[in-house]
Amino acid sequence: MFPASFDYVKATSVPDAVSILSSVEDSKLLAGGHSLLPLMKLRLASPSMLVDIGSLSELSYIEDKGDYVAVGALTRHHDVQNSRLLKSEVPILPYVASQVGDPSVRHRGTIGGSISHGDGASDLPAAVLALDAKFVAVGPKGERVIPASQFFVGFLETVLDLDEVLTEIRVPKFSGGWSYQKFNRRAQDWAIVGVAAVSNGSTKVSLVNMGSTPLRAVGTEAALADGASIEEASSKASDGIDPPSDLNASSAYRRHLAEVLVRRALVEALR
Amino acid sequence: MQITTTVNGHPYSKDVEPRTLLVHYLRDMLGLTGTNVGCDTSSCGACTILLNGESVKSCTVLAVQADGQELVTIEGMATESGLHPIQKAFQENHGLQCGYCTPGMVMAAASFLKENPKPTEHEVREALEGNLCRCTGYHNIVKSVLAAATAMEGVVL
Repeated sequence: MFPASFDYVKATSVPDAVSILSSVEDSKLLAGGHSLLPLMKLRLASPSMLVDIGSLSELSYIEDKGDYVAVGALTRHHDVQNSRLLKSEVPILPYVASQVGDPSVRHRGTIGGSISHGDGASDLPAAVLALDAKFVAVGPKGERVIPASQFFVGFLETVLDLDEVLTEIRVPKFSGGWSYQKFNRRAQDWAIVGVAAVSNGSTKVSLVNMGSTPLRAVGTEAALADGASIEEASSKASDGIDPPSDLNASSAYRRHLAEVLVRRALVEALR
Repeated sequence: MQITTTVNGHPYSKDVEPRTLLVHYLRDMLGLTGTNVGCDTSSCGACTILLNGESVKSCTVLAVQADGQELVTIEGMATESGLHPIQKAFQENHGLQCGYCTPGMVMAAASFLKENPKPTEHEVREALEGNLCRCTGYHNIVKSVLAAATAMEGVVL
């Protein structure tokens, strides 16, 4: 399968990428390409131009910034998975990265690519949502910092403008428990339902593939804040959420899975 | 667009369309047909090659993204003195049936053993999660990779 024809240019810097995105209609950023290229091969996306930022090594880093860890947007899943700093300060993130695709995919796919693709069925967007991460985006008007809770707005849609580049993910350090529960039938599949839980004073719970974006399990979080038991809190996993039905699971089955997986996640995170 | 690559130690300079996938560049433009196209959706791993020493699925990389990079395909594994130890291990342990997945399996194993030269059986199985064998010959494939690890004694060729 070939993608439709497109023009291709290598960006020499972030400002260069921004300026090309601003001036060429329907141009799109290319990082590792492991979300975008499959869409293009299926002709679900046909950008007029790909702006390749893959060689901007200044966007690949993992740095200690005191109360948070800064992860460059081009950092590959493989590097997130093996980062000592992240393993000690934000251990859920390397674990979740290790659950993305398979080793060859993780050699190419990037954290920024996965987040800006904004797939509600992907692992990392839900993890950064539970972590209350912040994202740095650079556009023609300069830089802005966007909280994860405001970032994902619809199916494969984020608040990023068409000419903005996601450059950094800021993940707060935490010392409490955590869990990531991914339910799928085959090793490298997307989650049919997944749950990320992070306990750091309060407990944050997010859901994978329960809607068109990653979602916070607000019912569960509110119940826990009111002192509910794990059993009771997990029964509210899909409160206010209307999960999709597809070939893998009906909506009702997804609700059931969410409850079971939230319970498992809370048992692990709060033990 | 003109791209330059080093494939199995040989430099190549070719004019490619931006939409040319790396696997088609290797197979159709360089004639290196050892790398197979399986699912064409980055699921099966038949097209696995090494890009700068690490396994990638060449159906999901554009040839233009490999500009200036170093590639190794299955054709680059054997030397004049014989098969690569991983290839030899597959041969000796009956690690292939129809053989279609084998080039990808060997390349994924080469990348993995570089990262983890002394793996457990479980680690080998996890490492090959992105490579499917439709003959379901996984048992001997895992055995082959473990045998290769032992034969290489932690030294990656």
